[in-house]
Amino acid sequence: MLFILNGSFLMHTTDTDIIALTGAILARHPADATALLPILRDIQAACCHIPHSAMLQVSEALHIPLPQIQGVTGFYAFLSDQPVGRYDIRLSDSISDHLLGSRELGAYFAKALGVEPGITRADGVVSLAYTACTGLCDQGPAGLVNGHALPRLNRQRVDEIVERVNRQVPLTEWPSAWFEVEDNIRQTGLLLESTWTPGAALRQTLARGVAATLEEITRSGLRGRGGAGYTTAQKWRFCREAGTAETPRYVICNADEGEPGTFKDRVLLNRQAHAVFEGMTVCAALIGAGEGILYLRGEYLHLQAPLQAVLAERRRAGLLGRDILGQAGFDFDIRIFLGAGAYICGEESALIESLEGKRGVPRNRPPYPVTHGYLNHPTVVNNVETFAAAAAIALQGATGFAALGTEKSRGSKVLSICGDCERPGIYEYPFGVSLNTVLADCGAESALGVQVGGPSGTFVARSEFDRTLGYEHLSTGGSFMVFGPERDVLAIARNFTHFFAHESCGFCTPCRVGTALLKNTLDKICDGHGTPFDLVELTDIARLVQGTSHCGLGQTAANPILTTLARYPERYQARLKAIRFEPGFDLDGALATARALTGRDDALAHLAQTETETA
Amino acid sequence: MHTHTFTLDGQVVAFTEGQTLMEAATAAGVYIPHLCHHPAFKPHGSCKLCTVKVNGRNCSACTFPAQEGLQVLNDTRELNETRRMLTQMLFVEGNHLCPACEKSGDCQLQATGYALGMLDNRFPHFFPHRQVDASHPDILLDRDRCIYCELCVRASRDVDGKQVFGIAGRGAGNQLVVNSPTGLLGDSDLQVTDRAAQVCPVGAILIKRHGFETPIGQRTYDRHDIREVSLAREVPAHD
Repeated sequence: MLFILNGSFLMHTTDTDIIALTGAILARHPADATALLPILRDIQAACCHIPHSAMLQVSEALHIPLPQIQGVTGFYAFLSDQPVGRYDIRLSDSISDHLLGSRELGAYFAKALGVEPGITRADGVVSLAYTACTGLCDQGPAGLVNGHALPRLNRQRVDEIVERVNRQVPLTEWPSAWFEVEDNIRQTGLLLESTWTPGAALRQTLARGVAATLEEITRSGLRGRGGAGYTTAQKWRFCREAGTAETPRYVICNADEGEPGTFKDRVLLNRQAHAVFEGMTVCAALIGAGEGILYLRGEYLHLQAPLQAVLAERRRAGLLGRDILGQAGFDFDIRIFLGAGAYICGEESALIESLEGKRGVPRNRPPYPVTHGYLNHPTVVNNVETFAAAAAIALQGATGFAALGTEKSRGSKVLSICGDCERPGIYEYPFGVSLNTVLADCGAESALGVQVGGPSGTFVARSEFDRTLGYEHLSTGGSFMVFGPERDVLAIARNFTHFFAHESCGFCTPCRVGTALLKNTLDKICDGHGTPFDLVELTDIARLVQGTSHCGLGQTAANPILTTLARYPERYQARLKAIRFEPGFDLDGALATARALTGRDDALAHLAQTETETA
Repeated sequence: MHTHTFTLDGQVVAFTEGQTLMEAATAAGVYIPHLCHHPAFKPHGSCKLCTVKVNGRNCSACTFPAQEGLQVLNDTRELNETRRMLTQMLFVEGNHLCPACEKSGDCQLQATGYALGMLDNRFPHFFPHRQVDASHPDILLDRDRCIYCELCVRASRDVDGKQVFGIAGRGAGNQLVVNSPTGLLGDSDLQVTDRAAQVCPVGAILIKRHGFETPIGQRTYDRHDIREVSLAREVPAHD
């Protein structure tokens, strides 16, 4: 296990050590760009950063220009060109963790460790930073240490961790209970209640025939579960028809579950891994693919080993590999590829770029991945839940599935519920369920509102709780965050807006600059410096970002502001100053350097932001 | 041969199979604002200045394929307001001080601002800290002025075959990086004759000792509107 290396890595590493370590890591991987991210992840784990000399060495070995390696290192949150601590601790900064007091706990943690968040302790032993949602919202405040999930943190646990970090106890000797992730399944349905006989759906597929099975998927009305809702059978058919019979095809399972508040894929992969892999294999049979990849978000490192074990079991059972189930020429295998902390890689073309060893920048479309995907070959990319549902349909036929849900949203949907409710966890419902029903089930009848579909989705207010879930009404990839009556709507919008600014890939102008402007303007309003002018600017920028951005991230990045502003204009108004305009430039802040240089801090060394403040 | 057409602001525009909206519009003598697009390189679609309305939806003209019967809007008040905001965003994101810039008058960002009637920067400046690299004997890299159009990246990779430039970082933390062991331009393979050294639409990559050969006031965009200059440069020659 690599994380053991983290603990044993020497403080004064010589260049010779780095060359040897990098050489050993390179030897374990294929020598091409598709292995770049795994190689960099390994170097990061071994050296606590990607040393410049290692970048040069990788550049030479893989024949990749240095800027691409620097580009990838700088792009992913879990890679860095400066050393992080040998205990690299990251706390989830999701709003759901905030509600559980994560920021206060973080301050306590930092003080106990003697670190500034984001700055590695001088002895190099430990660093503490905030990171995007870790997918443990039902058991927060949560974090990661060297990539491993640390759910259910509290002050006592923090004290115990600090003690072990300071004694430099290897992670393998920390109590295993600290790393145990709970499934918290509260309500099951079609996907979660079925007990899988590995291979059953595949046998049924081969018995029924490939064309007939594709017809079943079509009849089921299955649409993508990631949020966009594209018709699954259509996608598979396009991919099958692209190129010639000899064209390589790929099946990619998108398990880069990065939308804050979403953790249903984590549970599906833990409970129904066979169904997911079986769905991928059924897809491979239908489109004629030879290789499958599960793109697992870096935060789910704890699932890697169990999933590898399931894959091994399936290979032994003849459900993966050559001549699957004795069918000559049906060759297909699946590998797991770990992400490295980038929300944008949940976008299918960015995910493909990431697999190819590049920064996760969404591609221009057309062409679409179904014709020009991974390595420019026809590729199906579907969500974890979509493959699990496809496997269920392949096994049981379309009828049962299509009978569930609504006309445009067939089947069931797995929700991950967190926030201000009595029973956070996983709930599976037929599509068409109303928010009132869901809120009653999870124990949140008095909620102020629900963020449906995560930050990129919609804030639904109390008065709208009779709305129903479905592609045609309220679409969601699974995130369902509940907010109690005492919560501050602007604080919620602010957390989400910061998230998007942090996760913007920076490719297009409106998202790169616009999300930063939204963040700064909303901060100004929340900090009590906003004026009516700022609110108008906020709205104009939000519409521009929504209307002109390159991909779904930018097109939805303004949703938190726009949806809360539409519902609670008075809460925004209440924060504004009476004056019409206040400069965004912080006059007093600009004098900080001068004050530090002259050692002054008297009244005359300060400037009021506006004349009204001095009056 | 059957001629394909779409309408652009009500005008019928002919196109050939495989052309983008930008290519077809340019060939027809219609200017669509752009900064990251250059006809010699693969379309990029990042600056979004070329945003047009296609059957009611916003699309990038430089990457969107022309199709029979599309209804495209380009020169509208709403779209030009959008483009002006995008241009203002590019100004506040970097450190653009036109009066002190060698590229003033030849800069496409400045000229686009003129063409779109931009009178101020509108948004609060970011004042980013970016490194200037003067290590190369013939070429200056002033990152303060970079707008991430990646024309230098594309030119170096696709034309010069050198891959001198790349983008690192993420979001507002993006930065232009140089392919050399030290990260300095002076230690890279870039030569003054390379396409990558010549292609920068702003003043981020400058050829040293030639900054003031033409006096300010007599430069390209001091004398001509970017709409005319762009069309004159980019309309494909007819046989």
